[in-house]
Order: sequence, then C-alpha cells, then structure tokens
Amino acid sequence: MGVDNPLGDNVITTSLDLLVNWSRKSSIWPMTFGLACCAIEMMATGASHNDLDRFGIIFRASPRQSDCIIIAGTVTKKMLPVIMTVYEQMPEPKWVIAMGACACSGGIFDTYSVVQGIDEALPVDVYIPGCPPRPEALLFGLMKLQDKIMKERNSFGSAIGLGERYIPEAA
Amino acid sequence: MAENNRAVLKLKEKFAASIIEVVEFRGEVTVTVAKDAIIEILSFLKQSLQYNLLTDLTAVDYLGKKEERFMMVYQLYSIPNKDRLRVKTPVTEVACTIPTAIPVWKTANWLEREVFDLFGITFSGHPDLRRILMTDDWVGHPLRKDYPLQGPDREPYKGRLS
Repeated sequence: MGVDNPLGDNVITTSLDLLVNWSRKSSIWPMTFGLACCAIEMMATGASHNDLDRFGIIFRASPRQSDCIIIAGTVTKKMLPVIMTVYEQMPEPKWVIAMGACACSGGIFDTYSVVQGIDEALPVDVYIPGCPPRPEALLFGLMKLQDKIMKERNSFGSAIGLGERYIPEAA
Repeated sequence: MAENNRAVLKLKEKFAASIIEVVEFRGEVTVTVAKDAIIEILSFLKQSLQYNLLTDLTAVDYLGKKEERFMMVYQLYSIPNKDRLRVKTPVTEVACTIPTAIPVWKTANWLEREVFDLFGITFSGHPDLRRILMTDDWVGHPLRKDYPLQGPDREPYKGRLS
C-alpha cells in the first residue's frame, strides 16, 4: 500500500470525530415516551419484526439515560410542560425526532388545545411525515438521524471546553 | 308513548308547574323542567323512582338559536327498572349558575367541574369548583360557541381554507 503500519495489525488510527460520532450513532437510546397512535407504530418498530435493537437503538425508561426523544403523537398544550421537563432532564448530546403529522405541524388537530408542531418548543432534528408513519418510515428517520450525527464536528472537544461544536445545516 | 312513561306520570302529578316540555324521540324520553325546581326533581327521581345512576351530566350552548343560551342535560338510568330518562333545564347567560347535583349523585362532582371548565356555568354549593380538563391558568371556556376554535391568538375559523 505504500503506507507504513508501525503500530501493527491490531491498532487503527482515525479521527476523534469519527470515533465519537460512530459510537453515538450506533447507540441512540430514545426515551420511552409515546403520546398517541404514533406510539403504537413506534412500539411496532421496536418489536421483533422491525427490531430497532439491531441499530443499537434501545428504549430507555429514564430521560437521564436517553439521548434521543421521539415525539410520537399529538402534543396538547397541557402535555407540553411535561415534554419540556423530560427533554431538560436528558443529558447532552441529545436529539429530537418529530414523528408523524401531529408532532411536525399539529396535523389534523388545528384547535385551541393542540401545539401546532413540537418545533415551537424543542429543536427538532428529523421530521417524519405520515399519519401515523409506518415502521419503515421511522427506521428511515432514525437512519437519517444517524447520518446527521456522523456529520457533527468537534462535539466531543466542545464538551471538554475546546472550541465550538459544529452541527451541519440540513441538506 | 311519553305520556305513559312511569317517570313522566309521576312528575306531571307532583311538579306540574315546573315541567316545560315532554318529548319522546325514538323511544328516548326527555323532560325539560324549570331551573328553580331542578334539584327537587332530581332528588325525587332518585329517591322515589330509583333513577340511581347519573350516566352523564353535560350542557349545550345554543348561542343565537335560543333565548336561554345554555341547556343543562342530565342523563339518568335506573338500574332496578332498566330504563333511562333525560332531564334538561335551561340556564340563561345572565344568571349562569345552577345548584349542584352532588347531594343527589356524587358522580356529579367531576361532571360539573367539566361543565364549569368548558362552558363556564357555575354550580352553587359545589365543594371544589376548579377546572378539570384545561390547565389552571386557561382563560375562557372552549366549548362556548363564541370561543375561537383555533385559540384566542388566532383569527376566527372560517372554514377549511382559512
């Protein structure tokens, strides 16, 4: 190959970003948090037929152990403070997926009691359309989130006080 | 026929002055009574005629359709006699209050809180008249016909293209 391999076969060299992003995207732990019918599709996605575990995606029962929250369903104004509390309890880095029409835009519920899209309150990373989205759509959305995580730069360095975190704009 | 209904017969006998209307539609008997006598009539229906289950208590807003804006609706069921009765009473917007039915059926507690929350009708004698569905700091009563459908901060709804 023309390149020396002074460290032997059991050692690889890579960038810190690649290693950190790879480990993060391979262990997205979403918060177990369902709101409406989308949550049923989310459960179906986690169950054996679609099997989120093969992506390293394991639902956690505590926001303290989660790094992703899937807003799966209609967000009412009464529920919003609860979601905000759960989101704030999650440690950094954390990502938000808006699953389904209601979480993206309020959906068919254009009424006084429903939040017209969770992006009014939380920074959404991936929007998944559908009413509700099929498990394939949720899987695709999670893979899009993985792609997005792989594009992050210096997220580890910024966490220990070295420079700024760089998150790419949506493609 | 409504005239032969066991409750209607007794009510006509005992509260003739308070009965406004008796209607039967598809086997459902509805008795409309005056607001002043409502608790007396409900107690009589429970004590003497065994309407021991208050299935539902709700209200209707007839804004612009009727002189008296609100109509309270009591859906009653008699478990021993296996029959139903609907009792209605008009409530005006000016005197938007009605005596509580909690002494008759304890179920009325939360149902009356719901009516208070969504219609703004107050219940005199209610021990805990707070909002039950909307948040505590909510302004307005959403099931009133003049409440903007998409919220107070939006233009009034004018059809699906608005």
